[in-house]
Formats: sequence, C-alpha cells, structure tokens
Amino acid sequence: MAGAPKSNQISAVAKTLDPAAMAKDLLFTAILSLVILGPIVGLKTVPATGSLALEQRWGTVLVLVGIVVVGRLIFHLIAARRPASRAKAAKPAGPGVDVGKYLAPILLIIALALPFIASLAPSQERRLVDLAILMMTYVMLGWGLNVVVGLAGLLDLGYVAFYAVGAYSYALLSTRYLPQWFGDGILPWAFFVTLPIAGMLAALWGLILGFPVLRLRGDYLAIVTLAFGEIIRIILTNWINFTGGPAGIDAIPRPWFFGHPFDDSANGFAALFGIESKPIQRIIYLYYIILALALVTNFVTMKLRRLPIGRAWEALREDEIACRSLGINTTNTKLTAFAIGAMFAGFAGSFFATRQGFISPESFNFMESATILAIVVLGGLGSQIGVVAAAIVIVGFFEVFREMNFLKEILPEGTDPVQFRMLAVGGAMVMIMRWRPRGLITRRDPTVYLKEKKAVPTELVAQGHG
Amino acid sequence: MEYFLQQLINGVTLGSIYGLIAIGYTMVYGIIGMINFAHGDVFMVGGFAAVIAIIAIGVTGNGAIAFTILALLLVVIIAMIIASAYNWTIERVAYRPLRGSFRLAPLISAIGMSIVLQEFVRVAQGGRPKPLQPIVEGGVVLMRRAVSEGEFVVQLSYMQMLIVITTLVLMVIFTALITRTSLGRAQRSCEQDMKMAALLGIDVDRTISITFVMGAALAAVAGLMFFLYYGVTDFFVGFNAGVKAFTAAVLGGIGSLPGAMLGGIILGLIEVFWSAYFSVEYKDVAAFAMLAVVLIFLPQGILGKPEVEKV
Amino acid sequence: MAAGGQPLLKVEHLTMRFGGLTAVADLSFEAAGTDITALIGPNGAGKTTVFNCITGFYKPTEGMVTLSHPDGQPFLLERMDDFRISHWAKVARTFQNIRLFAGMTVLENLMVAQHNTLMLASGFTIAGIFNNRGYKRANREAIDLCRYWLDKIGLLDRADDPAGELPYGGQRRLEIARAMCTKPLLLCLDEPAAGLNPRESEELNQLLLDIREEHQIALLLIEHDMSVVMGISDHIVVLDYGVKISDGPPAMVRNDPAVIRAYLGVEDEEEAEGVIAGGQP
Repeated sequence: MAGAPKSNQISAVAKTLDPAAMAKDLLFTAILSLVILGPIVGLKTVPATGSLALEQRWGTVLVLVGIVVVGRLIFHLIAARRPASRAKAAKPAGPGVDVGKYLAPILLIIALALPFIASLAPSQERRLVDLAILMMTYVMLGWGLNVVVGLAGLLDLGYVAFYAVGAYSYALLSTRYLPQWFGDGILPWAFFVTLPIAGMLAALWGLILGFPVLRLRGDYLAIVTLAFGEIIRIILTNWINFTGGPAGIDAIPRPWFFGHPFDDSANGFAALFGIESKPIQRIIYLYYIILALALVTNFVTMKLRRLPIGRAWEALREDEIACRSLGINTTNTKLTAFAIGAMFAGFAGSFFATRQGFISPESFNFMESATILAIVVLGGLGSQIGVVAAAIVIVGFFEVFREMNFLKEILPEGTDPVQFRMLAVGGAMVMIMRWRPRGLITRRDPTVYLKEKKAVPTELVAQGHG
Repeated sequence: MEYFLQQLINGVTLGSIYGLIAIGYTMVYGIIGMINFAHGDVFMVGGFAAVIAIIAIGVTGNGAIAFTILALLLVVIIAMIIASAYNWTIERVAYRPLRGSFRLAPLISAIGMSIVLQEFVRVAQGGRPKPLQPIVEGGVVLMRRAVSEGEFVVQLSYMQMLIVITTLVLMVIFTALITRTSLGRAQRSCEQDMKMAALLGIDVDRTISITFVMGAALAAVAGLMFFLYYGVTDFFVGFNAGVKAFTAAVLGGIGSLPGAMLGGIILGLIEVFWSAYFSVEYKDVAAFAMLAVVLIFLPQGILGKPEVEKV
Repeated sequence: MAAGGQPLLKVEHLTMRFGGLTAVADLSFEAAGTDITALIGPNGAGKTTVFNCITGFYKPTEGMVTLSHPDGQPFLLERMDDFRISHWAKVARTFQNIRLFAGMTVLENLMVAQHNTLMLASGFTIAGIFNNRGYKRANREAIDLCRYWLDKIGLLDRADDPAGELPYGGQRRLEIARAMCTKPLLLCLDEPAAGLNPRESEELNQLLLDIREEHQIALLLIEHDMSVVMGISDHIVVLDYGVKISDGPPAMVRNDPAVIRAYLGVEDEEEAEGVIAGGQP
C-alpha cells in the first residue's frame, strides 16, 4: 500500500508540544471516547419485564474516558520527548546473536524437568502440570500453523478445522469404530493406533480444502479458510447421528502406558513400577505425550526448512511470481505446507480429545483459530522459538487474568476478569501489528550458508503475498 | 407458488440488509485494498447503539405513527454517529499506521479489531441476546391461498417495505454522492492511484477517513433494520453478517457499489431459499460455500473488472 | 537465420488483448540457438507483454510460441503453465522491477532456483528427511553451482548476506545468476541495464557475452540502453504500439527510417539517427 505522503497532523502537534494544540487534541480525544464508550458502556441493556431496560453506569464511563485521555497525554509527552520519527522508534533493535542457540536448550531442559519441578509444590502440582499441558498444546498448534502462515505466508484463519478433524477422528474411532472392528482388545493401544490416522485424515482434509483455494490472493485465501472453518463447525454441530451434535462425544478413552492403564488395577501403571497409584501420574504422562508430539513437530519443521520444499515455502512467502519463473509448482508447494500444517493440527486434536475425554463443536470456534494466529504473530512469523515465547505469554496471560483477584475489587460488581481474555488477545494483535509487526523474534536463520551463518533481520522479509 | 413468492420477499429484504453492509466492504476495499474484517462488528455496534437509543427514547409500536417515524429517524441518526465514530477511530488506530507495512498486516490487525469489538460489547452489554417487542407491525396481504388447498398467506410486512425502501433511497443518495460530488471524485482517484491523487492535492487521509465513516453509517442503518426485522440482537451477529456481506461484495464485484447491492440480494435469496427448501441448519453453510465458489470461479464478481496480474 | 534446422524460439502471429486494448498485434519473429536478440521499442510498445506471453505469465489471445530443443523436441509455450515453461521448456527470465527473495540470503536465492533438481534428489522430501546420500551429493553440487555463479557475478563475498541488502547493480546481477541456475536454453532479460551506471553497464555486456559463450544459450532482452543493445545483440526486433516495425541485424535496424520515426517522431531524422547509433562501441 502506498504510504500517504501527507504527514500525520496529530503527531506533528505532539512533536512541538504546543500546549494549545495539545489541549485541543485532548478535548477531541475526550469527546470521541465519550461517543464511543458512553452509550455502549454507560447504558447497559438489561432484561426487564417482556422487554429491555437500561442500567446506567456513567461512573465507569468517566473512569474509562479518563484513562483514554491520560493515555493520549502520555503518548504526546513521550512523542515530544523523542523527536525521532515514530517509524524509527518502532524499529525493533533485535538481538544480534542467535537467541535460539542459547534459549532453546534451556527451554528444553525446563520442559523435560517440569513435572519434577512441579512436584516440589505438591498443593499446586496438578494445576502447574495442567497449565504446562495447555501451553504445550498451544506451542504445538502454533508450530503447526507457523508452517502455513510463518513459512509459506498463507494466512489460514480456519486452522482450528483441522484441529477439530483430529479430535473427532480420535473420538469417533476410539469410542465407536475401533471397538466395533477389532473388539475391546484394541483399547490399550487406541491412542497410538489412532494418532497417525487422525493426522493423516487432517492432512487429507487440508488437501481437499486447500486444493481449490490455494491459488487465491492472500486476503481472499484468509476469508475462504475462515469460511471453511465455520462450515466444518456447523456440520459438526448439525450432523447429530455422526458427531453427536452440540452435545459432542464423551467417554473418550484415556491413553494407556504401553498397554497399562493408569489405575490401581494389577495391570496398572503403578503396579508395573511398584509405586502407589495417583491421578497425577496420568497427567504427567499426558504432559510427556504432548511434549513429545510438539518436539516431533518442531524437529520435522526445522528439517523441512532446510530441504528444498521448505526453502520453496519461504521463497513463496517472499515472491510468488519469482517462484513461478524459477519452475516451482506453487500450487503443490502451498498444498504441502497446508497439508503438513493440518497434519500437526490433527495430532494436536487427537491429544486434545484424549486429554479432555470429552469434545464438542464449541471447542473449535473462530476464537480458537484467532488465538493460535495471535501466538504465531506475536512470536514473529516463521520463528519457532518465538512461538514458544508467545504461547507462554498468551496462555500465561489467560491464567494471570484468572488469578487477578484485585481486579475484581476495582471492577464493578459481577464482572469477572476472565471475561477480558479475548479482548486482550484481540487488542494484542492490533498492537503487535502496529508497534512490532515482526513479532518478538525478529531474526531469521538462513537455511544454508557458504562461510558463516548470519541471522537475517526480518525487516527485509516480505510476509504473505498478494 | 405462494410459498415461493413469500420467500422471494423475505430474500430481497434480507439481501437489502446484506447489501448495505457490503457497501462498506466494497468502498474500503476499493480505496485501500484491504478487507475491513471489523466491518461486520461495526454493523453489530450500530445495532446495539440503535437498541440503546430505542430504549432511551422510549420508542414503542404503540404510539402515534408520526411519533414512531420521527423517533426512528432520531434513532438511526444516533446509531450512524456512534458507528461512524467507531469506524473512524478503528481506521485511525489500527489501519492507518500500517499503510506500507507488509501486505497481510492490516488484515491481521482488522481481525484483532473485530475480536476487540465483539468482546468489548460482550463485556459491556452482556452475552445474552437482546430481545425487544416489535415496533413496526402489520403488513399488506398480497395473496391468499384457500383453506381447502392448505391455507397460506403471502404477506409483505411494513417492516419489509421500510427496509427495501430505505435501502433504495440510500443507494440513490450514495450513487449520486460518488458519481456527482468532488468527494466521490477524490475517492475514485484514490482508488486509481493514491500517490498520484496526493500529488494532485487530494487529502488522501481525509478521503479514506470519510470512506470509513460512510461505510459505518450505512452499516448502522443496516444494524437498526436487522434488529427491527428480527427483534433480537447479540454481540456475535456481526461475525456471520460480516462474512456474508463480504461474500455479497465479492459476488457483485468488489469495488462496485451497485455490485454490492446486487450481490447482497442474490446472497439473501440463496440463504432464504436454501432455508425454505433444504435445511435451516445448513443455511450458513450455503452462504459460506457460496463465498468459496465465488472466489474460486468468479473472483472478479458479476459487475467487477477482471484483474490482470502485474508481473 | 537459424544456424541449422529449427530456430530455438519461434513466435508466430502473437496477439494479446486486454479488454479493448491490443497490447501486441500479430507479432512474429524468431531467435536462433545462441543468438542475442534484443526487443526494443518506445515505452508502452508491448515488450514486457511479449515476455510475459513467452514465459507463460499471460496466455496470448492468439498466436503460437514454439520453443525447439536441440534434440528436436518442440514445446508449445502458449499452452504451458508458467512454472512448467521454466522447468521443462528451459526458459528462464528476469523482471523489470527486480524480484529477488529479499529476506533470504544471496546463496538461498540461488538454491531456490535449483528447486526442481534438489526436489528430485530429495525423493520429493520423503527421502530428504532421512538425509539420503543422493540428496547430500545433489546439495553439494548445487552449492558448487551457486559458488560458480557467485564468482561470475562478483558476489562471492556476500553469499551469506540478505539479497535485499545488495546494491542495485548487485541485485540485477544476482537475478541473472538466479535465472541461470535453472540451466535454461533461453534466457529472457527484462531491462537488465536499467538503473546501471556506464561502468556497470559495460560489465553487464561482458557478463551476457560470457554467458552466451560458455553456456551456448540464446538470450532475449528488452533494453532501452542502446549501448547494450547495439553492443551485443545479433538481431534486433523493434516494436511500436504492439506492432513489429523492424527486424534484422543492428546495422540494418539502426538505419531503418521506420525505427527512427518511432523513436523521435517524423522530424529530426538526423538527430534520431544520432541517438540510436550513439551506443555503438
């Protein structure tokens, strides 16, 4: 998009810090935020007999308008302090060294040792491991989506559809079809038998959905994938005979430890090792499963990046037309990225189903896709370590919201801070694009080098094509 | 036959609402080449603003007709102002700083903005649907099938008339605005070449802002009509309506105002007939599948110009 | 005209219309096995459109574009997809507004150009995941080829820098090297000398002659810089408003009154002659 040559009036005002102009701007900000916040926040529609009534909350409006105006004032003062143009100020001073080189092994060791670390705090153990599982699931989903969005530059807004395909594949196979076909004897192995099938089914759906649409321009592709995600969710909701409809599927079998269940039976996991059976053992086992799945995802992705196919993905993200002039079949190349991303989502979906023991279409809505996308975007499109950092930030953030009891004190009666979760995710996406469009990690590792390996600043990297 | 006619009326009504929203997509896409993903949510906010105004003013279907009409006019103006303020701010905060960033940046920002609007309204107004008693009731019976043949009444309600007439009037005003005024000329020149327009002394920023404000104003009208038509709204209506209106805009040929209206009506008809003759549960699937089909086979739309890839 | 048998490239009655606009009208010309053919003409004459038709980015409205390999196998380019033209028919191209992979390193740019060879060696990725020996060898060979071209264009030292950081002239040369890494029989260059200074322009001439000499391929170039056109081409085709107005060796084209008229209008033929002849070395 061509930048408009006209300078931004308001930031020009800020630079000179002319009090009169600033006051005018602040007054304008106040009026605008009053128009925006006043009716929607100040007049809450509440059910009244047979109709609606309004509940007035002008106090909250005043506080919010105040916050906006003060924020604007601070923004002005900072802008005036820093005479450099905003574009320059926003330029990230990415670390010169390869962050991944030091950070990745440390993170890996922490990840491997996490259940032991958690066991030091027995009262919190269950919560910590559960949280770690959740983070790991998002790390895996983020890595999977990173292949599609980060490497190949295809904005996929329906990624959750493949997650759903994986989850439903596992749920249906393990509760219905596998026992039917092979009898109950298959159950101890159900998860490991189904996992590859679920991955392949998801990949197959990736191919089916991807084939007709992958030649579309970037933004059109995004909207179509969003539509596909919704179509799959609607079908899952309405095809009651097959999917159980809105009620979903429950009693999904838990994974067994190589043929040993996690219970106090004679054949159980605890009995096998001669230890006392505890519920946490299964949780820890689940944690290691998702950790292994995520590491496989990462390993395969890193490997693919260094192969011609991965290099073609990145080239595609940079310039599709040039790729075609070099004899690269762009449709196939995009399809492989789409299918491989979908396959990882399918694995993650299977894991989700076995961990929850219950799934329903509600878990696979657009907000889930958006959250995964936010993780990839925040991490820095294409950066594996960035995804980890972003997943920790965003999932951790959700958890922090849950814990912020002091917020409950400030907020009006009946408002739960957890409600602000998605609001924060959405806001984060806007703010990242505005102030740090390359995400947390702004270096790109070359896939091949002649003399020395130098990370490339991603300012040069084109993202997505038109 | 009677059943078909009734569905036709319903389809055109729904299509008019989609068309009004689609204009916002088409104008913004035409001028800055981005999908304003949050536009559907601006429509939703417009609807909420209208609901609040209706309750605050105390519009009901029981008063004098003149009062109801005047009050609704006031409501629509309030809703337009509020929705315009939203869209203006969104453009300022989330899109303008991204001009010149990588191509998908504004779209990602727009998705974020869409989530922000939805969640903001959910937190501020609660997640439950907001029902209200009908304000515009009654209608004209066009046709009546005898009881002996299974009674069926084809009715054109006053609400449907109101929606179609309002849409027509707005279309005429907007077409005139774009083809006859200097503002419209500025918009069209920005569509062609933004840099050149700026060099010729057109205030590009202002033109873009006005485009967003115009789109939001129409979306607010659509929001009010949608609410009056269905008698209920919630924070999530913008998502589906937005995707469908975008489909309408593409179907008609993105960038084309009459195209948006035409696409809206076609989509409304498809949705209504699908619900009437196949299945209500899958009506959204029909609309979303339509989007995929149009993008794959007819990306330039019905009234759009074919695009030549620049090499 | 051709050295023997079929000419390498044969364009027959090529017509391209965009809506009501005819960008190229009934154009026919040939390019022989190792000739350097220049396509010249005023701005908007339809030169790049011809390129896009030859390389498959546009499908011509009418006409035939045939590429005959030395073994006699013909390729009907107007029916082939763009990427197949590069892969099977062995036609490579560069772009008027350079299209490098700016965020990837210089070396990576050249590696991407060898995609199809490497893809095959990696067993379409499946064997490659397990580091099969064939892929390792192919990878080494690919890097050797990159090194050869980097040396040739004088960018060996900058192999590991992002392509976007190269100076303009370097980017132009890199794009040519990238096209050559696909091992083409016909290399199409869209204004390779645009924006180069006279010294760089001279180096470019040398590079193009070297390429032709060492690799025995044909070059087709669009160029405004007459020193390049007159200096190295064996054969010039002149377009004006989509119509061919002259076709022949430089000496002939230079004196063709139709060409002079197209370039400078009807008057001042003396001066026009001066401009076109000026580039002669």
